[in-house]
Amino acid sequence: MKKIKKAMALSLAVAMGLSLVACGDKKSDDTTTAAPTTEAENTEATGGDATDAPVATADEGKVLNIYCWNEEFKSRVTAHYPGYEEVDATSGKIGDVDVKWNITPSTDNAYQNNLDQQLLNQESAAADDKIDMFLVEADYALKYVDTDYTMSVADLGITDAELAEQYQYTKDVMTDSNGVLKGLSWQACPGVLIYSRDVAKDMWGTDDPATVQEHVKDWATFYATGAELKAKGYKLTATVNDSYRVYSNNVSSKWVEDGKLNIDPRFKEWAEAEKASYEAGQTTTGGLWGDEWSTGFYPEGKVFAYFGPAWLIDFCMAADDEKSIAHAGGWAATTGPEGFFWGGTWICAATGTDNPTIVADIMRQLTTNVDIMTGIVKDDNDFVNNKSAMEAMAADTSYGDAVLGGQNALGMFCEGVEKIDLSNISSYDQGCNEEFQNVMTDYFQGNYASYDEAIEVFKSNIQEKYPAITVE
Amino acid sequence: MRSQNKNVVRYNRWGYIFLVPFLVVFIIFQLIPLISTFYNSFFKHFFDGIIEIGPNFIGLDNYKSLFKGGEIWKYFKNTMVMWIIGFIPQILLSLLLAAWFSNPSLHLKGKPFFQTVIYLPNLIMASAFAMLFFTLFSDIGPINSMLVDLGIFKEAYKFLGHTGSARGLVGFMNFIMWFGNTTILLLAGMLGIDTSLYEAAEVDGATSNQVFFKITLPILRPILVYVMITSMIGGLQMFDVPQILTNGTGQPTRTTMTLIMFLNKHLYSKNYGMGGALSVFLFFITGILSLIIFRFNTKGDK
Repeated sequence: MKKIKKAMALSLAVAMGLSLVACGDKKSDDTTTAAPTTEAENTEATGGDATDAPVATADEGKVLNIYCWNEEFKSRVTAHYPGYEEVDATSGKIGDVDVKWNITPSTDNAYQNNLDQQLLNQESAAADDKIDMFLVEADYALKYVDTDYTMSVADLGITDAELAEQYQYTKDVMTDSNGVLKGLSWQACPGVLIYSRDVAKDMWGTDDPATVQEHVKDWATFYATGAELKAKGYKLTATVNDSYRVYSNNVSSKWVEDGKLNIDPRFKEWAEAEKASYEAGQTTTGGLWGDEWSTGFYPEGKVFAYFGPAWLIDFCMAADDEKSIAHAGGWAATTGPEGFFWGGTWICAATGTDNPTIVADIMRQLTTNVDIMTGIVKDDNDFVNNKSAMEAMAADTSYGDAVLGGQNALGMFCEGVEKIDLSNISSYDQGCNEEFQNVMTDYFQGNYASYDEAIEVFKSNIQEKYPAITVE
Repeated sequence: MRSQNKNVVRYNRWGYIFLVPFLVVFIIFQLIPLISTFYNSFFKHFFDGIIEIGPNFIGLDNYKSLFKGGEIWKYFKNTMVMWIIGFIPQILLSLLLAAWFSNPSLHLKGKPFFQTVIYLPNLIMASAFAMLFFTLFSDIGPINSMLVDLGIFKEAYKFLGHTGSARGLVGFMNFIMWFGNTTILLLAGMLGIDTSLYEAAEVDGATSNQVFFKITLPILRPILVYVMITSMIGGLQMFDVPQILTNGTGQPTRTTMTLIMFLNKHLYSKNYGMGGALSVFLFFITGILSLIIFRFNTKGDK
């Protein structure tokens, strides 16, 4: 009897163990494809009959599905797209077409995972469930652009002539390996150095951008200024990762060349400069968007500078909070050591959309209509993707950004945007950049004996993240 | 005689029918995924961006690359260390509390209240709990500013930048979350012990220590084995707490990276092959460790 009991208990214990392990196993098998009910009526984008009607024609779908990761694009469409009516937080109407916003945060890759799943099911999905339009960022744009899941802009009826005013880099990002343009953006995101006026006055007696630029004109001067700032109790930057993009945008080779992992010398330069800066007490090892990063938005944080584009200044520096520096207009902009860009959102039309006319019209209105784009600059202080409009605004002395104490920084952005070169992006940039920063944070904190040891760890992390890359 | 036998068989049939729902659920949700995990582990199958690569049969290559470099043992060790850091105080405190709660001669007041309170941490979502600790122990968090203000530290201590403190935090959180649960299990076991045994011991003049070690613990052994095995399986599958606490990085230098966090890393590119191989490894490790604990604790129980 005891034996049987024992055997029973054992088998129960093992069964429990097995079942629990089974739970830890991959969960992505659930390809619960919606029954392809209207497969036959699948309306392919008919490029031929490009009508001039601004809003959807009657024979197109009645539901416009838009995939994105935050409210930004939605608020742009709500405020600036003619004929859009908001119904509630996740839906709206354009004429008689229902607009459905599918917003998934990009944290932990959730946005892309969700989008990938939907795109893979795109062909079998019912016409009203198909993705019509989705947004991408530069870091991973090629992942979608270089596939058939995105539609060529020319097929939507938008001509090159209409896009002449757009900045070249915004088109380069969305051009696939065959030279076909696959998406458009209403904004350009050249970055500047954003510094605290109070700190500059305390240090050098003036907050004039030209004078401050002299103290940050190249990297050697920049870090030397860091030592001066430290002596007075200020931090040069909020975190080591602030300067990362400035370096990584100015590389001369890609993360992945011919399928092999390749580490550009600029990354080592960044790691060594920031390690010295951290050890000298000029910065912290916090992550972007973390608590240590955002303390500098308030006077108590004692942070001298951030690197950022227009959207960072107005969207992210806590301008709504009365205690923040931004609220008091205490920031100013200057060119900084090197030009760079950060972020930017591109609109892609998904292959198989049943609303090509409306998709094309949204793209056209938001990214080529000068009146709408000027409106976006005035209302939202965004830097829009239109050369002549931006140059006109830069010359306009009546325009100023409240967060920057009324400074009109558009001239600097206009100058910076011409220098952006995106010939060295790859579809693996996002993961490589994230991993590199993670590993180097450990290196900065002294958890790896040397840079080379940290690089070995970085390589193995990349291998597990991207099995397609050869790592040597 | 014969008709009686027939009746028994007929009754047994109902037993089988009642088993059907369980079997169906088990086969669909556990057996099939389990087998497909084994199956997948022999294939090269992942996504490069949005493009699917494979599946191509590659035999044991996934297992080879899994063990190449020996990282998997490092993560296994991390997992076990963090489990033990949490489990030892947990089992000790639970035994103590359960002994107090079950001892009628102590006349504890408000027993149900305390039993509820110690269970409460388990009701908070692990991720919320980890977020809370992340904020509390961040470099500029309240714990650090308190310690600096009190003069205990000169400058903020990076709790998540040092292996010992980071692992300690994970262990501590698991301990806080699970000791209430363990206490209740042990308490149920202790309340099931025949009180006449205690009375007899008292008549014989046994001290309370003797009663605990000679009567309570031996009788409690099956429950202890159960607690240990479930806790170990839970420990091997530790994921949410360290994942949220370290933002998935397993910092510092991946010394708080658990096996399941490692598995999660492979899912970034939906690497079914490597994920499958790792799951199979975990399956065997769990089975072996459960057997060891079981053997160890039932030894001499003839």
